[in-house]
Amino acid sequence: MAYIPLVLVVVLIAWFVAAYNKLVRFRNQIRNAWHQIDVQLKRRYDLIPNLVEVVKDYMAYEQETLTRVIEARGAALSAKGPAAQAKAEGLLTETLKSLFAVVEKYPELKANQNVASLQEELTGTENKISFARQFYNDSVMMYNNAIQSIPTNFIASFFNFAPEAYFETEPGSRTVPKADLR
Amino acid sequence: MISGNAPACPKCGGVNRPGADICYLCRAPLGAPPGQDNPLPAPPAGGTALIGGSSPPVEARPPLRPIPMLLFTEAARHNVRMSALLFVLLFAVFFLLGTAIGGAYGDPGTGLGLSFVLYAILGATAYFSGSSIVLSIHGAREAGGEEHRQLRNVVEEMAIAAGVPPPKVYVIPTEGMNAFAAGRRPEEACVAVTTGLLDRLNREELQGVIAHELAHVKSRDTLYNVCAAVLVGSVALLSDMFLRGAFWGRRGRSSGNRGSGGRGNAAFFVLALLLAVLAPLAARLLQMSISRQREYHADAAAAGFTRNPLGLASALAKIMSGGARVPGENRGTQHLFIVNPLRVFDPESSALMSTHPPTGERIQRLRAMGGVSAGN
Repeated sequence: MAYIPLVLVVVLIAWFVAAYNKLVRFRNQIRNAWHQIDVQLKRRYDLIPNLVEVVKDYMAYEQETLTRVIEARGAALSAKGPAAQAKAEGLLTETLKSLFAVVEKYPELKANQNVASLQEELTGTENKISFARQFYNDSVMMYNNAIQSIPTNFIASFFNFAPEAYFETEPGSRTVPKADLR
Repeated sequence: MISGNAPACPKCGGVNRPGADICYLCRAPLGAPPGQDNPLPAPPAGGTALIGGSSPPVEARPPLRPIPMLLFTEAARHNVRMSALLFVLLFAVFFLLGTAIGGAYGDPGTGLGLSFVLYAILGATAYFSGSSIVLSIHGAREAGGEEHRQLRNVVEEMAIAAGVPPPKVYVIPTEGMNAFAAGRRPEEACVAVTTGLLDRLNREELQGVIAHELAHVKSRDTLYNVCAAVLVGSVALLSDMFLRGAFWGRRGRSSGNRGSGGRGNAAFFVLALLLAVLAPLAARLLQMSISRQREYHADAAAAGFTRNPLGLASALAKIMSGGARVPGENRGTQHLFIVNPLRVFDPESSALMSTHPPTGERIQRLRAMGGVSAGN
């Protein structure tokens, strides 16, 4: 009988440790997810010059599209702050979409092995970006749920676990690039 | 090339297996035999009608069993609860059997202890025998070259969506359409896909299939399966040993000096005898039930990863009509695949002893998640 309080204390401490560690794990997952988005965005920046290099000889009459892609890439690279960057990234996605649409019009371009694999890489990277954002938002939701619901909210408020912000897309970039997803 | 002999249902747009005369989804007669003109324009390939979300499913008459709109998060949670419950039941069978057998020989505690030792030995063997065996049984090769770039990209995409490290990718060179995942932990997981599947699925459908496999990886279903299989194996072994002992060994021992204990154990002995006969069957039923729950769970989780349940639904419809046979298919690994390679078209695939739920039912649930429910 005497050791019942002791058992209670041990159980309480175990719960506390588990709950605290869960919050830390969620928070780190969010940070990791954020970096994952960055990794994929960089990959896209790196791929675009290659694609432009390969297609520019074929596209004598479509220089405007290419210029817009390059400009959009530059703008996204130099964008400051999350809001501006989200906007620039949305624009880049739009221009890439129109570039893919142009590629569709040139049979010899579509048949080019380099173009096909670059296009696949860009489509994959585009998907990875959006899945990484989705995972980021899911992680934020799990974390926010945890720090706002009883009983973990007591631990969260005591140790200053602040709610994280969701990744919001620009209204224009909400549509998935339908660049021949094959 | 599949649509040529895979009739689409005129009522709900479901793609049926060749030669079927009743739709597997809504039980409507398919009317025109394959090869002749369909009353409705058949989708150009497999289940593209599902993806396009075009009119046929919406105009369809409600199916016999309307399914309400499913939320994938709720579906996943429900399945986790169900499989946990079933696992507890399975463990209870094992526990009861061990105790009863021990009781029959005079000491329930020792019987339980010994059965746990047996469980540990079997478990360790199964756990450490690794996934490389599974890969080699089915002739899987690492997907290296340029021709598998898209597959590797899709796997990486879905790994990001699922939040697991990207698994190793393998290809099984065969016409059949199937896929499986193996590996005890997400860090050492691998995913294998048949070339038949790669040839006939579009990117969206491939995403669905890979997402399903990664859902298995993420929820550690391979480990779940090992635990369940080992429990079932232990139960079978214990029952076997007891039944043999009861008929051969005990006769000699009961004539010895155990007269006083024998009477008290009679009830236990009858109970143990009964359990030894029934437990293996019950354990096997529970194991299959868990396996089916995990399949539903992986489907729901895949919908969560891709946010596109119709992609997987359409892939399943194509697999159903295209065939899911794999080289090296056997009872030991059948539960690993996305669609059971041994009984794809088996009408009794809903039976209690099946590792997978009927594919039609899975498609229907996925479509309900995607909002293509005839009910609303």
